[in-house]
Amino acid sequence: MNEQPKRIRIDHAEARSRPLAPDGAAEREAQPRGARTRKGRPVDHAEAAERFLAAPDHLSFHDKRLWDLREKRDREARGIPEWEQLRGLASQIKEHTLARLDDYLEEFERRATASGVVVHWARDAAEHNRIVLGILRGAGASRLVKSKSMLTEECGMRDFLAEHEIEVVETDLGERIQQLDDEDPSHVVVPAVHKLRSDVAAVFARTLGSDPSNDDPAYLAERQRMSNRPLILEARVGMTGANFLVAETGAVVVCTNEGNADLCASVPEVHIVSAGIEKLIPRARDLGVFIRLLSRSALGSPITQYTSHFRAPRAGGQMHVILVDNGRSNRLGMDEFWTSLKCIRCGACMNTCPVYRRSGGLSYGATYSGPIGLIIDPTIDRHKYSQLPYASTLNGSCTAVCPVGINIHEQILSWRRVMAEAHEPAMGKRLSMKGASAVLSRPAAYRRAVDAANAVLPHMPRFVLYNPANAWGKGRDVPAAPGQSFHAWYAAHRGPRR
Amino acid sequence: MTARQTILDAVRRNRPRGEHKLPEIPGFAAPGDPASEFKRRLAQMGGRLLAPDGADPLAPARAMIAEAGSGIVVSRVAALPGNRALDGAAPASLHDVDLAVLQAAFAVAETGSVALRAVDLGVNALGYLAQRLLVLVETRDIVATLHDAYARPDFHEQPYVVLQTGPSATADIEGVLIHGAQGVRALSVLLLGPE
Repeated sequence: MNEQPKRIRIDHAEARSRPLAPDGAAEREAQPRGARTRKGRPVDHAEAAERFLAAPDHLSFHDKRLWDLREKRDREARGIPEWEQLRGLASQIKEHTLARLDDYLEEFERRATASGVVVHWARDAAEHNRIVLGILRGAGASRLVKSKSMLTEECGMRDFLAEHEIEVVETDLGERIQQLDDEDPSHVVVPAVHKLRSDVAAVFARTLGSDPSNDDPAYLAERQRMSNRPLILEARVGMTGANFLVAETGAVVVCTNEGNADLCASVPEVHIVSAGIEKLIPRARDLGVFIRLLSRSALGSPITQYTSHFRAPRAGGQMHVILVDNGRSNRLGMDEFWTSLKCIRCGACMNTCPVYRRSGGLSYGATYSGPIGLIIDPTIDRHKYSQLPYASTLNGSCTAVCPVGINIHEQILSWRRVMAEAHEPAMGKRLSMKGASAVLSRPAAYRRAVDAANAVLPHMPRFVLYNPANAWGKGRDVPAAPGQSFHAWYAAHRGPRR
Repeated sequence: MTARQTILDAVRRNRPRGEHKLPEIPGFAAPGDPASEFKRRLAQMGGRLLAPDGADPLAPARAMIAEAGSGIVVSRVAALPGNRALDGAAPASLHDVDLAVLQAAFAVAETGSVALRAVDLGVNALGYLAQRLLVLVETRDIVATLHDAYARPDFHEQPYVVLQTGPSATADIEGVLIHGAQGVRALSVLLLGPE
């Protein structure tokens, strides 16, 4: 069969804005690259964001594409009367599971083992990587075909396996683009969303031998499909991540759209699952809540094309599940931050965040970017990610869309306090941010400050707002201040009579 | 100490405070008539619904198989024979299958999904390596919501269950939706039985 893939205009997951790069344009805008990491220095998100802001084609596409996903999410959410109830249930189920995680991990292990699955435990990234290598060696494999997994990114597995002469093939289109371009994924759901079609055409021309002048997405996707396929057919070992682990049944649940995860699981003899220990849920029926929320929050579609439930090895095959801690048990003990472990990696907080949409995921210089990254990354390396909690306007939109009710913006604020106490931010930011941190952490003082800002802002000349000492003014206009704060209005109109 | 013990100990030591009860999941109302909601969602997700034939319910499926011509057809439905047997096939040997004909265990109205179990697929890879799928669904087997779906025993008994919703898809390049990402390029559904 040499059928050409169809390009159909339907509304699921499709962007509104296309094409952006005019066909045959002589000069294509160079893709802005991510944060420059320097050993021992905190990631400078603001510096990378500035370069992203200076690339108008990329910026405009990125901003619109992600906002479009947010709008589709809203449409799906509005279509379900019990949406808010589902969010509440999801939050409670996750909090319950995390509070009894030891029991549920043991129950999962017992069930999975009884079905013939080999369960491994990894304390950290290095141990995870060694286990994977051991399974590959045992199967006599020199190649690993895999689907998308944020955990293997977190573990730096590709680099480790490359050092041991194992070729890793990312089979998800976005993830493969990023691998071939030697870049990290910039988004948990759409890994190459910061690239334009012209960027992808250049990467594939260089690495897959595609026609450099053809940047039609259908052509590029077909090239990748055809280059993947023989590698999957020959592979002895395949790997997937996990969206959920069901304690009651020992099932691994994987949610994807491209079909590559199921190919990686069902064609090679050996299927490895890499899963963080926080992926547990108690019961099969809990999936009803989470699957209803996940893709609606992520892409605004009612479900992913494939929702796969692996409870046992396929006939004639082996299945391994690696349960990875890598800092999670430590995070569990952090009073203010443990609920970040509820995250189901839908990316809704990223799509809605004005800072993320205008700076791109790579500017965070971390595995997890956007609002959820701001609260996870510092638990991994407090110094390296000490500036990330400032990459936020604290508008609360992330919290408002989070399907599992994580108080993301409040945790961002708490991290600022932690960093301020540890004197972490660089001097320039501290000048303007320290006050914000101290003021915003106390509601009454915050209200006084807002009232003062409302009185003062309209009369402040631009040079005060946009001078180099004000990190907030960079790359964004300060919105017009309302004449009255909400609290003042509420007190006057609805509040208790004084 | 083993990694297992280290991790479980740390998790136990760091248990969050508070009660954190596991909630019961209440029943939720169906989003309209299951058959029509299923059709609407299937179309949204890029699946194709075969037009029914009142006189001969399987005629649309036979026509689709006939159209495949010399292409390789593997069928898991006894009444609709293909031209290659599946039994015991190595997964990779299915790389040249054009059309796979399958019977869904059930379908989900609110998402437009068809449920395929290990026992329905015979070889799991058949559902992904074939270029196209034709899936038969008994109208009475359409459940309204995912809550209804997850109440089924299949998720406790089967080694593998997949909810497939339309064909494989990607929007990873500039958000342009493409069907035929890595898995099947097209998914057609034939509804059987009275609505």
